[in-house]
Amino acid sequence: MPARPLIELDKVSKSFDGGRSLALREVSLAVEAGAFIALVGASGSGKTTAMKLINRLLEPDGGEVRLEGTPVRSLDAPLLRRRIGYVFQGIGLFPHMTIAENIGITPQLLGWKRAEIDTRVAELLDLVELPRDYAGRLPHALSGGQRQRAGVARAIAARPRVVLMDEPFGALDPITRDALGTAWRAIHDRLGVTTIMVTHDVQEAVLLADRIAVMGGGRILAEDAPGPLLAVRAPPEVATLMAMPRHQAERIGALTAKTAHE
Amino acid sequence: MDDRLAGALGLLPGYAAQHVVLSMTALALGVAISLPLAILASRRPRLRWAALAVASLMQTIPGLALLALFYPLLLAVSALTTRLFGFGVPALGFLPSLLALTIYSMLPILRNGVTALIGVDPAYVEAADGVGMTPRQRLFRVELPLAAPVIMAGIRTAAVWTIGIATLSTAVGQTSLGNFIFSGLQTENWIYVLTGCIAVVILALFVDQMLGLVETGAVRRDGRRIAVGAALLLLGTAAAAAPLLRGSAADYVLGAKNFSEQYILAGLMAERIEDGGHTVTRKEGLGSAVIFRALAGNEIDAYVDYSGTLWSNVMERRDVPPREVMLAELTRFMRERYGVTVLGALGFENAYALAMRRDRAAALGVRTITDLAPLTPRLTLGSDLEFLSRPEWAALKAAYGLAFQQEKSFNPTFMYRAIEDGQVDVISAFSSDGRLAGGTLVVLEDVKRAIPSYDAVILISPKRGNDEALRRALAPLIGAISVEKMRQANFMLDRDTDKASLGEAVRFLAGSLNLPPR
Repeated sequence: MPARPLIELDKVSKSFDGGRSLALREVSLAVEAGAFIALVGASGSGKTTAMKLINRLLEPDGGEVRLEGTPVRSLDAPLLRRRIGYVFQGIGLFPHMTIAENIGITPQLLGWKRAEIDTRVAELLDLVELPRDYAGRLPHALSGGQRQRAGVARAIAARPRVVLMDEPFGALDPITRDALGTAWRAIHDRLGVTTIMVTHDVQEAVLLADRIAVMGGGRILAEDAPGPLLAVRAPPEVATLMAMPRHQAERIGALTAKTAHE
Repeated sequence: MDDRLAGALGLLPGYAAQHVVLSMTALALGVAISLPLAILASRRPRLRWAALAVASLMQTIPGLALLALFYPLLLAVSALTTRLFGFGVPALGFLPSLLALTIYSMLPILRNGVTALIGVDPAYVEAADGVGMTPRQRLFRVELPLAAPVIMAGIRTAAVWTIGIATLSTAVGQTSLGNFIFSGLQTENWIYVLTGCIAVVILALFVDQMLGLVETGAVRRDGRRIAVGAALLLLGTAAAAAPLLRGSAADYVLGAKNFSEQYILAGLMAERIEDGGHTVTRKEGLGSAVIFRALAGNEIDAYVDYSGTLWSNVMERRDVPPREVMLAELTRFMRERYGVTVLGALGFENAYALAMRRDRAAALGVRTITDLAPLTPRLTLGSDLEFLSRPEWAALKAAYGLAFQQEKSFNPTFMYRAIEDGQVDVISAFSSDGRLAGGTLVVLEDVKRAIPSYDAVILISPKRGNDEALRRALAPLIGAISVEKMRQANFMLDRDTDKASLGEAVRFLAGSLNLPPR
């Protein structure tokens, strides 16, 4: 019998506007410890809603979310969230706190000692490759990419087992996005955390994740490793979405070959 | 230095201290109430609507009216607490002023607070939740700091309003910089008015600048700026309030209504008490109805009122007994009903009287109202705005059979102009009015005593009824002030040119009385 999944979504449903718009329809998903899973899909597909149920930023109308077998509903929400890293869309660093204060916020909420927090912040700045003297700066003094590195550092500051990422690199330029994505994959492997990343960028999902859940209309349309998803004949919505990176790669390949030929 | 300016500057520290303490306390209270209310209201739309509606409504009540409304309200509360707990609350002075100003300060703080809190970027609210803050931690660590600049702007607005409107608290017996403005307006002492205005402006600017420092500190997340602004504000308040600590509670509190004669008499009484080595504060510019209740409630220790006024307003009598009878009945009534001591009459009356130009009276051969009566169908009467609707006029008309060809109402200043120009032949005057001292006008004798007596009498509060020091200081004034002397003193303040200061008028009156040396 396989080990119990770290995170389970068990037939969860969620609607907004008093039931008028249905965001999730009985979605089930199991995430193994150490997995890197990407939730992809168009806007309104329910991917962000599904992720926010895990740390109770949203509550399901039906079904159950379990963390290590325990229903999250039975846990105190702030305490639960301190155990789960979260990287926000649009970064979400507090503008009135320094980089060090931002990174150290969850450890501080958990009551770590000042010296421990300082050591941890320095360690994390190294890990996300930010100069240590950035600690005392305010977020607006940093570039977008630097800020999201700080955002990543904040998410993992209290050594969570799970990190949730909501379009983490979406607002960045392509080069920075690629560098940060690769850096995060390395950190993920090194720390052995479990990553659930919401993204609308299929290419990013294919290149970073171990598994991809394709969402549409509040359901999971397909869930598998990137390879099979790219190869297998899938339902049309999934196929269109998954075909995109391959088409792009083929066109780029052809262009490169042509240029080399000339 | 100009005597009036010196007088104003001498009073400035005391007035400013009271003003600062009142307005800063009101502001602090306003912040303490409005900020939590803003936080609650930012979370509950229905409460938000109600709170902002009520605060806006309060703001539309004129400042003076709001202050005035607290007086009867606190009287009622005081009656209730006296019945329930055996002690009352003061209905005059600091408390009503504080409450009214606090209400006034609330709207800008509340409105800015709500706007700022509901305007915090939802991304930061979600981030606060996401990193594991409790709602309380989110409020104090994220929402309030981010809303702080807008909230501070609201507090600045409230501070400037409160400091300005605090000048009106003079009218309910709270000393403030408004004392300069109220007494200056009454005695046409523009140096006083200007001193009051300039002091208020400087105070408002200083507080606004310091709060501005705190505000920019909040915007720039600059803790040092916030600390400096707040520290200077506290130091400034403490420095301004310092005079209060030195001579905190004065030994005696004297009251005065809002016209020249009252200011002079209060000044005279204060001088006598101070000569005896005691300290005095004055509550000036009080309304007629307010001042008696303040005395009966021991909030002021002594003031000068007029027998006829008390006769009709407090005793609610409509008959017109002879002067001595009225005074005796009044004295008995006051003692039995209110425990108030009528120390005695000063000697002059401030009664309604009919006056004519001296030359015109001589030409017509008029000396008394009886002489006037048969001529009235050919004459025009000029009166102040309320005389024609008062019982005194009805009594006078009936007693002498007066039937003027025409009756015209004027603002007092214009009434005197009108008789000088010959537009009217007879005017209703006050017998102690300084403008009768000029010599051009003559008062017609009320031989039938149709107009009740308006003897100026010193009243002493129940608490001070047996206070020997107070009685010793004031007793020599009884019977000592003739109507001519009072007119002359009043004229020093009321004449159109070459006005004297209040201090000069008080000194003149004191000097002319031949009082026994103390």
